[in-house]
Amino acid sequence: MAETTTPNAGAAPGASRLGRLPGSFQALGNRALEFFDYVGGVSVLFSQTIAWIFVPPLKWSQIAIQMFRIGVQSLPVVALISVFIGMVLAFQSAYQMQRFSAEIYIASLVALSIVREIGPVITALIVAGRVGASIAAELGTMKVTEQIDALETLAANPVRYLVVPRFIATVVMLFILTCYADLIGIMGGFLVGVLKLDISPRLYWRMTVEPLHAKDVMTGLLKSLSFAIIICVISCYEGFRTEGGAEGVGRSTTLAVVTSFIMIIAADCLFTALFYFT
Amino acid sequence: MIEVINLTKSFGDHLVLDGANLTIKTGETMVIIGSSGCGKSVLLKHLIGLLRPDTGQVLVDGEDITRLRGKELDRLRLKFGMLFQGAALFDSMTVAENVGFALTEHTSLDRATVLSRVSECLQLVGLEGIEALYPAALSGGMRKRVGLARALAMNPEIILYDEPTTGIDPIMGDIINDLIIELRDRLKVTSVCVTHDMKSADKIADRIAMLYRGKIIEVGTPLELEQTANPVVRQFIAGDAVGPITEGMEFGHVTRRR
Repeated sequence: MAETTTPNAGAAPGASRLGRLPGSFQALGNRALEFFDYVGGVSVLFSQTIAWIFVPPLKWSQIAIQMFRIGVQSLPVVALISVFIGMVLAFQSAYQMQRFSAEIYIASLVALSIVREIGPVITALIVAGRVGASIAAELGTMKVTEQIDALETLAANPVRYLVVPRFIATVVMLFILTCYADLIGIMGGFLVGVLKLDISPRLYWRMTVEPLHAKDVMTGLLKSLSFAIIICVISCYEGFRTEGGAEGVGRSTTLAVVTSFIMIIAADCLFTALFYFT
Repeated sequence: MIEVINLTKSFGDHLVLDGANLTIKTGETMVIIGSSGCGKSVLLKHLIGLLRPDTGQVLVDGEDITRLRGKELDRLRLKFGMLFQGAALFDSMTVAENVGFALTEHTSLDRATVLSRVSECLQLVGLEGIEALYPAALSGGMRKRVGLARALAMNPEIILYDEPTTGIDPIMGDIINDLIIELRDRLKVTSVCVTHDMKSADKIADRIAMLYRGKIIEVGTPLELEQTANPVVRQFIAGDAVGPITEGMEFGHVTRRR
């Protein structure tokens, strides 16, 4: 028994390694195809969405509902997280600045990092987790219960009816939420600076506003626009290609959130680098 | 008239339709039978342009729906009404909004006219006073009937039924059968129904077509099909476990495709 199994066990890995070689190339090829398929699909959905925005009439009632869900309902969690982030930033910079007795600069540091970087990114991540998941789950459920087919049989374009209202709502509301997050984050830093580090409120405010240029604010808001596009288009795309019942809906939801997160951070990196050099 | 000509469709490596041919005459009720997962619904979805074939044509009153896009496709689609297997009602809308959806989207009728048309359609399927309910509050049979009312709202010339009696109790199933017959007689619509429920097929069909291995292998009146010599059709109609359809298949253990 042992004699027959030993040579087999020795030969098996070698043989399978030889056999695996073309297989792994094939897998790599399939992955590449899947990737381009995905990028292509997302781009097509994006361009269709843009095209349908300019075909009147827009579904204002739908847009209003989505704005409420996406924006108003996200406000408490965005506010809560922003104030904490602002405080953490203030404490963290105070810890380092105290060594040089330069605590006064934490106001500028907090303001700049929040407006340029952390405000837009944190808000986008929160919205991607909250709203991206719900968009993917809702559209995914509609897909597996044939509601999207039903829309088509009633001669209603699913992109126009489902994606456009969510797209407009996400873009507008993420912009507004980012403004809120910036303000509230700065307030968090202000609380720490004034109450804990004994900086006078007037001075803290001056040190916040002075180094902020219009360019910094625009950079942040431009980022939020691109993040909104990423969140909405990816979540809708994942929703539309859902297959296989409840399990499929779960998978799409996860993929929508994970892909949005990665894309948001990647886009942020790109933008930050771009603005650094210009 | 709907003509399906040499329709082929595959999903990945899986060939679902392999040169299917079928002619559906205006005003008749055509029932397409076949085993579960043999591509009946896929065939049905090609008729209304929800799926596009790899090759072949679907002529609806002479127009090839497989080549139409955009507005042209929408115009042709409004000739159809479709009842989906799970009714596919929009969860976020009330029954009235569901049934009146196409009317508010594609006509300029005022709200009162739409609502009266909605209750008219609901009456046609034997439902009244449920306009304000949401689909989640309805039973399976009611959902199907609301789905049918929605399909009727635009006065379609052709109604497609995807497994109308599946998933509901036998009595409700028979009520749906009666509805299909009544609609054909009253509204003179062409009906195409996909089912594996032979009792329902016998009752509602003017003609029955059997789909097997991607092809329509037999078309005839229910009586003609009962007397067919084709062993595949005979097995399906009789509902036998043993026969050419199941030959070489193993049912002892289930293999799942990943």
